[in-house]
Amino acid sequence: MCSLSNEITHPTVDVDAIRSKINDISVRLIDVRREEDYNQGHIPNAVNLPLASLLSGDSPESTVKLFEELGIADDTKVVVYDDTFGALASRVAWTLQYIGHKNVALLEVTYSQWKELGLKTSTEKPNIKSAKHSLNLNPEIMATAEYLEKAKEKDNVVLIDNRERLNFLEQHIPGSINIPYRTLATDGKILRTKESMKNLLKNRGIPEDAEIITYCGSVGTLSGLAYYALKSIGVPNVKLYVNSFKEWKKLEKPIGKQENAAYWDLSAE
Amino acid sequence: MNLKMAQQLRPSKSASKKPKIDWSRREEADNFAHTVKLYRQGKIDHDNFRRFRLQHGAYGTRMTDDYAMVRIKIPAGQIYPHQLEKIAQLSEMYSIGSAHVSTRENVQLHWVVLEDVSEIMHGLADVGLTSREACGNTVRNVMCSPLSGVCNDEEFDATPYAIATARFLLRNPLNQSLPRKFKFNFSCCEKHGMTRIVDVGLIPQIRKLDDSTKQHGFKIFLGGGLGNKSFVGHQLEDFTPEEDLLYTSIAVLQIFDRIGDRKNMARNRMRYLVNEMGWDKFKNLVLKERTIVRATQSVIIRLNIDKKSNEIKRPISVSSENGSIPDGYARWLKTTTYKQKQEGYRAVFVTLESGDITANQLRAMADVTKDFSAEGFARNGFSQDIILRYVHESELPKLYSRLLEVGLANSGSLTMASAVGCSGTSSCNLALTNSHRLAKEIQRKFLELKLDEDDDLRDATIKISGCPNSCGQHEIATIGFFGGGARVGKDMYPNYSMSLGGRFDDKSMLGVTCMRVPVKRTIHVILKIIELYKKNKQSDDTLSRWIDRIVHGNESSEIKSVKDMQKILSPLVIPPSKDDDPDFYADYGSDTSYHTVTGKGECAA
Ligand code: HEM
Ligand code: SF4
Repeated sequence: MCSLSNEITHPTVDVDAIRSKINDISVRLIDVRREEDYNQGHIPNAVNLPLASLLSGDSPESTVKLFEELGIADDTKVVVYDDTFGALASRVAWTLQYIGHKNVALLEVTYSQWKELGLKTSTEKPNIKSAKHSLNLNPEIMATAEYLEKAKEKDNVVLIDNRERLNFLEQHIPGSINIPYRTLATDGKILRTKESMKNLLKNRGIPEDAEIITYCGSVGTLSGLAYYALKSIGVPNVKLYVNSFKEWKKLEKPIGKQENAAYWDLSAE
Repeated sequence: MNLKMAQQLRPSKSASKKPKIDWSRREEADNFAHTVKLYRQGKIDHDNFRRFRLQHGAYGTRMTDDYAMVRIKIPAGQIYPHQLEKIAQLSEMYSIGSAHVSTRENVQLHWVVLEDVSEIMHGLADVGLTSREACGNTVRNVMCSPLSGVCNDEEFDATPYAIATARFLLRNPLNQSLPRKFKFNFSCCEKHGMTRIVDVGLIPQIRKLDDSTKQHGFKIFLGGGLGNKSFVGHQLEDFTPEEDLLYTSIAVLQIFDRIGDRKNMARNRMRYLVNEMGWDKFKNLVLKERTIVRATQSVIIRLNIDKKSNEIKRPISVSSENGSIPDGYARWLKTTTYKQKQEGYRAVFVTLESGDITANQLRAMADVTKDFSAEGFARNGFSQDIILRYVHESELPKLYSRLLEVGLANSGSLTMASAVGCSGTSSCNLALTNSHRLAKEIQRKFLELKLDEDDDLRDATIKISGCPNSCGQHEIATIGFFGGGARVGKDMYPNYSMSLGGRFDDKSMLGVTCMRVPVKRTIHVILKIIELYKKNKQSDDTLSRWIDRIVHGNESSEIKSVKDMQKILSPLVIPPSKDDDPDFYADYGSDTSYHTVTGKGECAA
């Protein structure tokens, strides 16, 4: 788990590794927070990519261009972090994998946790030389509504909803199971250990050789984290339903609900 | 990254005090996971699985087999900061992001995927907690008054005895398969515990012997309990010396185990046995059994009572800024704090709406416990609240500000405003109404009208159950409600049965049924009762005393009996037509027309 190797299934990068690679130009750190937050301080040499900028790109070509402008070439080692449980960072990581970038990992902690550890931050923006990146789409990690609708009827397909429990009880895609994104984390790290992630799947009866499709509320961030968590323990066939429940509802597809219970009234929010 | 660093990621300011007892057994978590597997594979039948699940503290959930409720036992209600933090984390990972503090000092996580229960059990083992024997036909959480040790009226602190009893009974073969659930409550004094509405209730007492030495002991009450049919407990003898506490407990459990009714689930709590046999006969049986127990124990068994008192050490003041005192402080101080017998300290009762608390609030409770309680832990109470004791009076304004920041500074916890509501249709299979939400609505209305500040109402209570089973303890409330349904033509609406005059002190009695009140009229009716009281009260009166006189036929004003009350209130409860007022026909928390649906209940399992 600790090295920056070039496996697509490589999960998180630990804090020490990043500290020692901060000045290594073959490594590109991406900070997925809002520009204002980035400007107030970030990990030294990190570049800023607010999620909104990524989402505004409307084609794989424009996405490639965006990464090229951040100085990312085919063989650049990319490490992504955010301050939102790793969910935004994993959405960026997924996008990189989708356009065919091989070497991307998440930082194992969030920016707040980095700071709490007393590690270095900076307000200086690195000089970026734009790079060349090729486009080799990886469609097998992407699910559309149409694909999902057919796939979920098959035996060896598991559909996972990563929203919070109450939202799930109220509305979900029929046949999905619920693993709230919080379940994926552990004390002070954005992801559980490999072993406890495997144990969670075992308890839930989810076979690791199943095709797993993850979704969440709107743009595939919380479910991006689940995608990433599953990939990182070596589940071979994981897809992200990027447009998630928001699109599903808009398309007026069938919706499941836990009936006859006033569970919202148990929440102290 | 090394472990030490990982721990630093969650900074903890002051060192958190750790409990002396580890209630957990990690292997039970793995065993649970394994058993769920076997059940899902059809290798264990439903009834056996259910028994196993309940033994391990997991209840079923309303209308589904896929979810469970995990009840975490907090013996004597004593809960430590790191345990609160862990429960916060578990609620976010496996539940709804909120936890529920129950009327029996437990903490419950609802809507947990059955397959995740074992993960919660592992998490609990990390902090020494267990859900074992929190449900099922076992001895449930051993309660102790949250004021034990600080109460002005107590003779001595019963907490070590409650903990020793819990410790002796947990996983003890004696209590693994009783005819029915079994409850122990320890109190500090007559006022602050619920000793007469449980199977075994105990109040500490000191007796002076002839040689003027002092002997510790208890007043023991047996055979009380609430439910579909409720009873008030009987006192066993004048004084039970502490040496006999364990023998008496064993004797009672053995009798219940031997001759309790195992067939008729609906009537097999010990109170029915006592009732059928007659108290005198039962009492003699207990005394005889106790003699045998005392004589035949091959090895002397003893309760392991830790009498070392807790270290009381004021936390270092966290901030020095003596900023202005926020609004509402005086009201909060008056209605939520109790002056301890220890000079300069108060116990602060943090009220939660129907016992619900978010993960972030749990973390905040952990922090304020570390920063403000000189004993270093908190106590769950029996009104779905959390009590922070040993707060130095000079720190109270600061504590108030901190609680205010996280939405935990509601006033009125020690007043009629803090209504209790069981889970109702929010999760319980047997529920007919949303009692949980109704309690919240009533509390909000009381606070809005500032009724918590009214001294006349202070010692009255409101408690609500979503069906006749009494989990909300409605029968011991000054004004109690239990839920049901009623109809106009073919249209159903939620309807509560209201009782008056219940109490749980030394004059414990069950409320007297007054009338039925549609859910959307409950608040009107309560306010009307208060208005009538104000009109008819005597000088120096309180609402609960007034109602007490009414239910006993001792009141001399225009309302002399429950019947008179009913007559005056009846115009308020006439149902409007559905066209005129569709809202009348919907329960709180639901925008559709009311209909009753219930699943298979597990209270007896
Ligand atoms: C016939 C069935 C049941 C009966 C007779 C019953 C009875 C009771 C009583 C009398 C209490 C009051 C606490 C006390 O003794 O001080 C209680 C507490 C409680 N009951 Fe039930 N109950 C039943 C079923 C259920 C079910 C199905 C649920 C939902 C899963 C439930 C949830 C609770 C809760 C949350 C409490 C709070 C106190 C605790 O921590 O034990 N009960 N029950
Ligand atoms: S009183 Fe009824 S509705 Fe409330 S928790 Fe108990 S069984 Fe459920």
